Amino acid sequence: MTTKLVIGLDGHGSGDRALAYGKGMADLIGDCELLIVYVIEWSPYSFQTAEENAKRHKRREEEISTATERVVAPAIQRLEAAGIKARGMVRHGDVASILNAVSLEENAQQIIVSRSSEGGFTKRLFGSSTANLVMSSSVPVTVVG
Amino acid sequence: MTFISRVLLSFAALLPFAGSAMAQDAAMTLDQKVNEVFANFTGPFVGLIFAPLPGTSFPWIVLWLVVAATIFTFYFAFVQLRFFGHAISLVKGDYSDPNDAGEVSHFQALATALSGTVGLGNIAGVAVAVGIGGPGATFWMILAGLMGMASKFTECTLGVKYRNEYPDGTVSGGPMYYMSKGFKELGLPGGKFLAVLFSIFCILGALGGGNMFQANQAHAQISGIVGDYPGWITGVIFAVIVFSVIVGGIKSIANVTEKVVPFMGILYVGAAIVILIVNYDKIGWAFGQIFEGAFTGLGVAGGFVGALIQGFKRAAFSNEAGVGSAAIAHSAVKTKEPITEGFVSLLEPLIDTVIICTMTALVITISGQLIVDPASGNYVLNEAGNAIATIGDTSGVALTSAAFGSSISWFPYVLALAVVLFAFSTMISWSYYGLKAWTYLFGEGKIAELTFKIIFCIFIVIGAAASLGPVIDFSDAAIFAMAVVNITALYFMMKIVRKELHSYSARLKNGEIRRFKH
Repeated sequence: MTTKLVIGLDGHGSGDRALAYGKGMADLIGDCELLIVYVIEWSPYSFQTAEENAKRHKRREEEISTATERVVAPAIQRLEAAGIKARGMVRHGDVASILNAVSLEENAQQIIVSRSSEGGFTKRLFGSSTANLVMSSSVPVTVVG
Repeated sequence: MTFISRVLLSFAALLPFAGSAMAQDAAMTLDQKVNEVFANFTGPFVGLIFAPLPGTSFPWIVLWLVVAATIFTFYFAFVQLRFFGHAISLVKGDYSDPNDAGEVSHFQALATALSGTVGLGNIAGVAVAVGIGGPGATFWMILAGLMGMASKFTECTLGVKYRNEYPDGTVSGGPMYYMSKGFKELGLPGGKFLAVLFSIFCILGALGGGNMFQANQAHAQISGIVGDYPGWITGVIFAVIVFSVIVGGIKSIANVTEKVVPFMGILYVGAAIVILIVNYDKIGWAFGQIFEGAFTGLGVAGGFVGALIQGFKRAAFSNEAGVGSAAIAHSAVKTKEPITEGFVSLLEPLIDTVIICTMTALVITISGQLIVDPASGNYVLNEAGNAIATIGDTSGVALTSAAFGSSISWFPYVLALAVVLFAFSTMISWSYYGLKAWTYLFGEGKIAELTFKIIFCIFIVIGAAASLGPVIDFSDAAIFAMAVVNITALYFMMKIVRKELHSYSARLKNGEIRRFKH
């Protein structure tokens, strides 16, 4: 059975460490597929103007295409060039919930993320996405420092 | 409307005077000129919309809205009660496909529509209703709010069903689209004519109630705190800020407003709840006043009919049910079932009128600002005999402010800030409604859009500079003219909504429509 590992990227340099770790794990495991997931932070309970609502679908498509082009596709290219099986996806929502949900959907054995790049007030108030993931995940999580 | 003009004008007259006399004279001349030209220009239109029914003082437009809400309530067999729980589930996202994450949610569409309606109507309008019609007006206001839920349901379902979805993914919806497309589908003539007429009134409504009235009240609030100064100065400042948002695309201002306004709304309701808790022993008495006053008048101007007119009028002014504006706001939601947005939209009059307006009315009643004759237990009328006498002779926003201030001394400052923010948020919402009507008439395009946005900003200056009477009259007349056209179309199209309702109910019952696991 193919081992599946979910790698959560946040578009920052720290994501490269998670990717490198995942690649190393895939090399060791052998029959392994890496699933690259980029989550665009979004809440259905946020407030928007009527004009933003009217253009939301268009913006969403743009956000997905930008994330795919800049983050997910280059990561997959690098992995495939190294002979590792990889897929990617871009989702909207809460980072911790989405990574957990995708792992359950895909029967992944592990989630790999880098240490949080968030800081300041948001982190103090709500905690980081990484910390939330570690607290709530249903599958094992590896946090790469 | 003359009642409202008078009471709010008297409030404006109480505002302290400050500033250089010379600059004031020059500015007043400009303000007066603007006012005179404006009043002469809009007078006949206003007279027509607010004409009373023959032999009564009851404006026909209020009856038009109430009758429509009643018909929709019965036609859809009390949809507002039967699907209330389902509406809550939809807003919570229980029926939203997780794959649609990132699209406009039911909650977001509702919140956007609410930011266009929650505002001065809930603060100033209710005070006017209670000040003139007594606490009994609240009963009729609640009833009108509950019935208005069915009007919202009808128009918002159609708004989503007949919206335009463009190849680039943007959407445009609203009464003008369901009138033209829906009438064509039904094989009826005149859809395009109604759509054009609605668009014209919507543009006027956006410039009036959605703009000038807001600018005017924001100026009244600011000058009430910092001292009197020419209205055009507030107008120019507001116009620059609104211009930077709607033309310059400075999202940060809109974002801040969109986040602060709901917070202010919650703070307002929270403060009202605190006052009610502190005065819990008077809540039973206040409800007694509301029910008794609804049928006896308790000595208010015009008796119980006066209470009824005021209650119906302010509810209609506040929640805009049947006006058609909500159909524009709700049309951007992501859903495969247009009727789901209809269910969600029926929460709007509930939140706006039944909850927030009732809170205001209860606080005013409990605060003891309305003077009661201890001997008869009836309310004492003011010298003019057209409203209940109040402590400090306040009315409108000032009455609400005094009522909250009697329990929480610093709350009037928060209220002043809330009024300004609500005004700004309503302007942003209505600039969009007006723009949609404008582009329906003149086509989508950068030049057409920019033209409307510039006109919109100019009217902010006029609204802040003109005196309140003509501004309120024109604002309300323009918005209610929209309702005349919109409700006419809804009568022809309500069978489409009923078909959707039956189909959806059946599929919900047989389990075809299911909750998603989140």
